Amino acid sequence: MVAVGSKCRVCKAPAIIDLPRHNAHFCADHFLELCRRQVVKAIEKFDMLSKDDRVLVAVSGGKDSLAVWDILLELGYQADGLYIGLGIGEYSETSGEFARAFAHERNLRLIEISLRDEYGYDVPTAAKATKRVPCSACGISKRHLFDKAALDGGYTVLVTGHNLDDEAAVLFGNTLRWDVEYLSRQLPVLPARDGFPKKVKPLIRLTEREMAAWCIVRGIDYLVDECPMALGNKHLAYKAALNAIEQESPGSKAAFYLNFLDNMAPLLAGRSAAATHGLQSCGSCGAPTTGDLCAFCRVAEKASAHDPVPVELVLGKGRGRR
Amino acid sequence: MKVLLRNPRRELELTGKRSVNALLASLELARESHLVIRNGTLVPGDAELAADDVVEIRPVISGGC
Repeated sequence: MVAVGSKCRVCKAPAIIDLPRHNAHFCADHFLELCRRQVVKAIEKFDMLSKDDRVLVAVSGGKDSLAVWDILLELGYQADGLYIGLGIGEYSETSGEFARAFAHERNLRLIEISLRDEYGYDVPTAAKATKRVPCSACGISKRHLFDKAALDGGYTVLVTGHNLDDEAAVLFGNTLRWDVEYLSRQLPVLPARDGFPKKVKPLIRLTEREMAAWCIVRGIDYLVDECPMALGNKHLAYKAALNAIEQESPGSKAAFYLNFLDNMAPLLAGRSAAATHGLQSCGSCGAPTTGDLCAFCRVAEKASAHDPVPVELVLGKGRGRR
Repeated sequence: MKVLLRNPRRELELTGKRSVNALLASLELARESHLVIRNGTLVPGDAELAADDVVEIRPVISGGC
């Protein structure tokens, strides 16, 4: 039973979702249409993709990465998937099953890389061996392997499923610290350069509530459970703070991040030291880096020499800080 | 009504009917970070849930690392 008045703004059919930031309700069909339109708008505004691109989507088995893969295919892009087995116990095993099932059911190509099998370590071990918080060791590993897989596979663009909430939370953290270096690099498109593939984020105009709804409406099974190693990190605290503001003032998250891109990012262009300083090749793997050895090789060197660490042993280490 | 919650997974049994927004408020859950699914279908905040409904409250926030 749907309450009187809860009708789709477009067709007046019973609504399935309310979107306070649009001050509107939508039926399933018009909600999907809204999401597609937001992705097209992001792609066109920031010149993210063309139909000739060979696209590689970084897939985790969660809602955002599966949704962006689904939407790009619907929009007519050629897109394969990339799944990285991070070795985070049962969480990684289950996330891999969701990614594989999505690809299998749609007859899509999914490239798989196992940190443990191919590089001799996993994220819990890397966190312990390098004394980094798990999200840091994980991020360094993933970013390097995303870049490498895209370049090795001849893909022209790497897509990630970062959504509006992700970007707003990162912006919030960078702004709290007035970290001009990070602020100047927080862009939805990073062009290909110096051994890096082009990287784009087509979901920046959509919230994670909308992406979860996309998956539910489209019948996409995804891993709902949270990464056990991310629990308690600052990123989640920033999201909660922004959602408290959003509840009082719908549209605030979108205004915060999208107006940053329009009004502030142009003023920061060229301020990134990483963008202006020359890069050299990593002495071990050849990837571009500012030092002699890239961050990935430094992590891999320490972590692969360390005895494997079960995920349970490092749970809680990252809580409350990041 | 039977209410399934996630992260961690647990079930609640509540009496009487109420709106989706009232259900979320009574559990102190933010609307912006949750969706409510009744019999496999999403329902908006002003939908009325019946006493015999089975609903899932699904969190939508991820670590984003």
